[in-house]
Amino acid sequence: MNLALAPETLARWQFGITTVYHFLFVPLTISLAAITAGLETAWVRTGKEKYFHATKFWGKLFLINIAMGVVTGIVQEFQFGMNWSDYSRFVGDVFGAPLAMEALLAFFFESTFIGLWIFGWDKLPKKIHCACIWIVAVGTLLSSYFILAANSWMQHPIGYAVDKATGKAHLTDIWAVLTQNTTLVVVFHTLTAAFLTGGAFIVGIASFHLWRAKRKQLRGEELGDKQRKQVGAMRTSLRVGLTVAVIAGLGTAISGDELGKVMFEQQPMKMAAAEALWETKAPAPFSVFAVGDVSKGHNSVEIEIPGLLSFLAHNNFTEAVPGINDIAAQEAARYGGDPEDYIPSIFMTFWGFRLMIGFGMTSFVAALIGLWTTRKKFWLAPEFRTGENEVPRLMLTRTREMSPFFTAWSWRIGILTMGFPLIANSFGWIFTEMGRQPWGVYGLMKTADAVSPGVSQGEVLTSMGVFTLLYGVLAVVEVKLLVKYAKAGPDTDEKPPAKDPRLRLPSGGAGESPEDADKPLTFAY
Amino acid sequence: MHLHDFWFLLIAVLWTGYFFLEGFDFGIGVLTKLLARDRTERRVLINTIGPVWDGNEVWLITAAGATFAAFPDWYATLFSGFYLPLLAILVCLIVRGVAFEYRHKRSGERWQRNWEHAIFWCSLLPAFLWGVIFANIVRGVPIGPDKNFTGTLADLFGPYAILGGFLTLVLFTFHGAVFAALKTVGDIRARARSRATVLGMTSGVLAVAFLGWTQAESGNGRSMAALITAVVALAAALVVNHYGREGWAFACSGVAVAAVFALVFLALFPDVMPSSANPAWSLTAADAASSPYTLKIMTWVAVPMTPLIIAYQAWTYWVFRKRIGTQHIPAPAAH
Repeated sequence: MNLALAPETLARWQFGITTVYHFLFVPLTISLAAITAGLETAWVRTGKEKYFHATKFWGKLFLINIAMGVVTGIVQEFQFGMNWSDYSRFVGDVFGAPLAMEALLAFFFESTFIGLWIFGWDKLPKKIHCACIWIVAVGTLLSSYFILAANSWMQHPIGYAVDKATGKAHLTDIWAVLTQNTTLVVVFHTLTAAFLTGGAFIVGIASFHLWRAKRKQLRGEELGDKQRKQVGAMRTSLRVGLTVAVIAGLGTAISGDELGKVMFEQQPMKMAAAEALWETKAPAPFSVFAVGDVSKGHNSVEIEIPGLLSFLAHNNFTEAVPGINDIAAQEAARYGGDPEDYIPSIFMTFWGFRLMIGFGMTSFVAALIGLWTTRKKFWLAPEFRTGENEVPRLMLTRTREMSPFFTAWSWRIGILTMGFPLIANSFGWIFTEMGRQPWGVYGLMKTADAVSPGVSQGEVLTSMGVFTLLYGVLAVVEVKLLVKYAKAGPDTDEKPPAKDPRLRLPSGGAGESPEDADKPLTFAY
Repeated sequence: MHLHDFWFLLIAVLWTGYFFLEGFDFGIGVLTKLLARDRTERRVLINTIGPVWDGNEVWLITAAGATFAAFPDWYATLFSGFYLPLLAILVCLIVRGVAFEYRHKRSGERWQRNWEHAIFWCSLLPAFLWGVIFANIVRGVPIGPDKNFTGTLADLFGPYAILGGFLTLVLFTFHGAVFAALKTVGDIRARARSRATVLGMTSGVLAVAFLGWTQAESGNGRSMAALITAVVALAAALVVNHYGREGWAFACSGVAVAAVFALVFLALFPDVMPSSANPAWSLTAADAASSPYTLKIMTWVAVPMTPLIIAYQAWTYWVFRKRIGTQHIPAPAAH
């Protein structure tokens, strides 16, 4: 059979397409849920309208996003059985448990309370309404934890035994699966990356509004009352986004370093591939740029920093780091076959790793600069301080503002980098999943043995075509809607609910007047 | 009772819960074309399930996830065997979910009309296909000695399975009409009731045919009880609906939906996927189950969580208990 159309290849492509797509929405959902919850809490506690408008605005974008995250998530669960039935039979006993827990402990909370939050503005008391979005936010965190525990088990199987009679893996220690270091570090890394994503997203949109207002002022036009209020809400949002991005970006870097060390220990091949380190070296250099050649097993061009890789792997500059050729030979000796069978795509892992770090850290650095230059009071001469509803000046030092040229570019960079973490996330997953190949479950089950034997090539091709087409169309629809609502900005004419709704008794009970009975819904589909 | 028998029961409860809840969601979707006369009425219908449809759908995710965890072989054979029907259901659930959320986000005529078509078709098709799938599960499909489905797509669309598909489609639409009568006010409420009568009678005929066929082929004493419950509940739903007791009518149509799936699972047990090729190749609950350790852990999670979930979902229905009429639908957004 043509290798490009082998069931394994097709099923992997489909998994890659649907998963990377799904994961565009996941990190935004996780972070925007929590940020929206924070903004609503600020509104409930202070009663300031700008927080109400910011909550509504980011909440709207969050909803456009979570709709896609939810529906594309169902595919994720179904396709293990559809395309990977031998995998499901082999690992279901271990892998199914965190998935089912995710549904019972997280998805129900998320989906039920999101409905209450969307439709409940005039039905629930403020504090309970705010609690609903917090429950959604906690639900998204829990759900990421369980699914990452499942994925970590594929990276580093633990707490299981293989039954001699049936040849299947079964769970012996759920606690080990849920608390192994791979799980904990991956959760830390994924969640910080998610918040970096949300932070950069907010910074991008807030920069768009503030830069638009600033340009209007530069043209000598006055801002209207409405736009000034928008600037107020966006300025607060910008600071929130920058703070989140800086803290999360730092966390992503720290957890990434930690995860690297875990991976050097648990999947040395993945890390050697990430560095295109063909031969074992002591001390091992960190490769900045390289062009590898798989058939020859070495790189033809290379720029490297001596000793750094040893440091990343072991915290010292001298210890040996095993190379691809040695690890491949070891795995071949242990599991059978040729050494080449155990080498993942070096091109994808090497560049995926670099793009992940490059895009992620650019975003972090941009946020750090932004956080400093848009400060409101700290180390700022009084005449440069700006009011709540004004566009902040970009201040380098106490009295030195950025030149108009750099100011313009700073705002533009804020807008342009908003998608960077999304790219970093995608390459991160591509790197970690492709770096594990040929294994589906590291050391236990090869990806080629995991596919559904009963599913035909035509069926996989059909579903891949259908999903690719559908996801493509939905991407266009989603982005158009996001752009429309992001550009429109917060609806600053909207008034917060005048009186705090109560949980009333059924109709006929106390409190409901006839006008109330016919009052239109504050939100309707 | 063995743990795997208990988990068979729990999986049956999860699927039944799913069909009880999303049954009327699908019904409402179908009724947007069968009952609503204009856009405002369509919006009335959609908003009766607006706050709850997403929570209802999680029952499916949980049913599938729990099947994966508790009966990996069942999950693997079912999902790889019914590949194309499940693909169609997935596509429909995706489009339908997005349609609910996005339809009102733009005011263009074409935009709104397209999403409304999507809501109708993507409710109708899964309502039909779930019936086809469960009819095939209970009757058996060609499964080889390696536990994999060996048939073709045509094998899944025999007369019995198609009858099952029509039963779930009409029954869910009936359930949806009764729900609409319970949740709306004004003209549409009265029409929902009279539409429910027609749908209920049709479901009754289809139920007798399909359930009788099932009982004759693979039934037992307990499934007979479910059959009687289903038929009596349908009849009762029709009577109380006629007298305008909408709450009771909804309870009865819900019992009918539950009894239909109870019959399917009772007729299925102790198999989970009978093989029509050779009974020796059938998957049984005992063979397909996970290890006792996994089942024990899952029990510790599921037993306290399920009542809690039911409680807070019930609370959601209580919060949104108010009936909706055309007067409650706000004007479309200006932009």
